Amino acid sequence: MATVSEFRICPTTGLKVHSAAEKLIKANAVVAVVFLAIGGLFGLMVALTRWQAVHLLPADWFYLALTAHGFDVLLAWIIFFEIAVLYFASAILLNCRLAAPKVAWAAFWLMLIGALVANVAVLQGGSSVMFTSYVPMKAAPHFYLGLILFAVGALLGVAVFFGTLVIAKEEKTYEGSLPLVTFGAVTAAIIAVYTIASGAIILIPTFLWSIGLVSHIDTLMYKLVWWGMGHSSQQINVSAHVAVWYAIAALVLGAKPISEKVSRLAFLFYILFLQLASAHHLLAEPGLSAEWKVFNTSYAMYLAVLGSMIHGMTVPGSIEAAQRARGFNNGLFQWLRKAPWGNPAFSGMFLSLVMFGFIGGISGVVLGTEQINVMMHNTLYVPGHFHGTVVAGTTLAFMAITYLLVPLIFRREVMFPKLAKIQPYLFGLGVLGISVFMMGAGTLGVARRHWDMNFADAALTFDYPPAAFLMMALNGLSAVMAATGGLIFIVVVVGSVLFGKKVEGKIDLTGGAAVAKYGSAGTLKIPGTAVLVAVFFTCFVLYYFVNWKYLSELWPLR
Amino acid sequence: MASPNKPGDDERVPFMQRLLDNPFLLLFLGVASPAVLYTIWGIMEIIQIPIAK
Ligand code: HEM
Ligand SMILES: [Cu+2]
Repeated sequence: MATVSEFRICPTTGLKVHSAAEKLIKANAVVAVVFLAIGGLFGLMVALTRWQAVHLLPADWFYLALTAHGFDVLLAWIIFFEIAVLYFASAILLNCRLAAPKVAWAAFWLMLIGALVANVAVLQGGSSVMFTSYVPMKAAPHFYLGLILFAVGALLGVAVFFGTLVIAKEEKTYEGSLPLVTFGAVTAAIIAVYTIASGAIILIPTFLWSIGLVSHIDTLMYKLVWWGMGHSSQQINVSAHVAVWYAIAALVLGAKPISEKVSRLAFLFYILFLQLASAHHLLAEPGLSAEWKVFNTSYAMYLAVLGSMIHGMTVPGSIEAAQRARGFNNGLFQWLRKAPWGNPAFSGMFLSLVMFGFIGGISGVVLGTEQINVMMHNTLYVPGHFHGTVVAGTTLAFMAITYLLVPLIFRREVMFPKLAKIQPYLFGLGVLGISVFMMGAGTLGVARRHWDMNFADAALTFDYPPAAFLMMALNGLSAVMAATGGLIFIVVVVGSVLFGKKVEGKIDLTGGAAVAKYGSAGTLKIPGTAVLVAVFFTCFVLYYFVNWKYLSELWPLR
Repeated sequence: MASPNKPGDDERVPFMQRLLDNPFLLLFLGVASPAVLYTIWGIMEIIQIPIAK
């Protein structure tokens, strides 16, 4: 049993903070940021290689760096941070002790050791299989072993989260239903269970194959089960960053969801349907039927997309309602103009919301439609799309909430406030560039994961249009900008955590305790948001149909 | 919800709320749905592909 002395009362939010939970949040968040730094550096090198005039790395290094980039940012950075988010959303927001801190530490060490082992395997050079590690490409056995350890650790972390929910309920540390942010974390944790189970089902036999105990792995079977992990883990990210949006809106502005019920229903759509969209990675596979493809991507995915659109409306809606309640009532958009744009937690969150919707979301629906997918399958359009979701969306949202975790959990003031202020804009603009220019190059047919778009020593040559080279140069410039934004983030956060001024009393945060409460704003007066949503739909529909038009031009009927 | 009334006196909690308040039921649904519709259905199709002779 936890004793009283293991808790402190947060002077800003009034929440009871369990010290074991706090330490674990710190450890996971710190390691996450370190992997972001390493992985981001690899990303920059990859982008500078694909900028044909620079062409930084030789071919073998390119594929090595691409593998390390995918693993370190997509798995290590994001999942370590998500574990921190799960502990925050359970123990802290529910005023509760964390279940089994020892298990949580075991989880942490397993993940860390797994991540390091996988990195060593990649850096040794024999495992440049990229993060999808499609068979029959074979990596070193310890590459798979590292991934498995990492996954087992993450699963333990998820179990600690569910255990904490049970404790909070038994000890009645909260009233009524779970607060929405915690509910979002529940959604992420549920998807994580399916994700990790899929990973175990496929990676354990693959590991045995790499050491010679299993003779053959079917390539299509591998892809099917692997994407049950690879895609679903992106949906953990979506659920987690949506929860983070709500959390930031609540902490910074005291915003309450327009309707808890509707937002929870949107999360339920995620739980039921989001993972089925894994099938969009297999749209070009001949072995699977059109029924399976279309059911899993179109019908089911649209329900999940509906969930995202609901969040995309209720998050800005809740901000609008909170701002209007504060008196910013002039016209359609005074609430937005008077929002705290100088606060990196808010600006990062809002940029994440807008870019996730407009770039990641719209391009994702296009890629997820079987017919128009064929135009972009395996081109740079794909990384363009997912840098819009997982970098502009998830990474930027996680960066934004870090600006709140530093004073609330690490209890340090954010250093270099001027740099922190511009960081989300710089990083956001850079990522916008990466996404849009890679999508542009992909539309022109440029392949992803390809070292030399000149085909200099290839048996069959091919000439891309000059515009494609321009796109890759612009992509390289955007990468430099994004990397600069990323570097500033690392410097500010690491500096603050190590050397920042200690925070003693309350910090200046309008919302505070609202984040841990169940309850709706109870108003529908959000005309500004309605206009934003209308703009979004117009873009969405136009872009979607433009792609169908392109498709009709691919095979003209004459 | 804690209430001064005796259990049973309470108004019936709506179905959706009971569903959404039960994380373990949601966990079951969230794993079963993709396991059946994506994984198992997909595997069934793959094992039906005839093997080349
Ligand atoms: C400075 C920031 C970043 C830059 C400049 C960057 C750039 C790139 C480039 C140029 C590619 C290769 C495209 C190709 O040739 O196929 C790539 C791939 C990728 N990036 Fe990033 N990226 C950045 C940050 C991130 C972050 C934060 C994440 C995840 C959260 C991420 C996830 C990925 C993944 C999963 C791939 C695919 C790897 C593969 O194909 O195996 N990137 N990135
Ligand atoms: Cu996907």
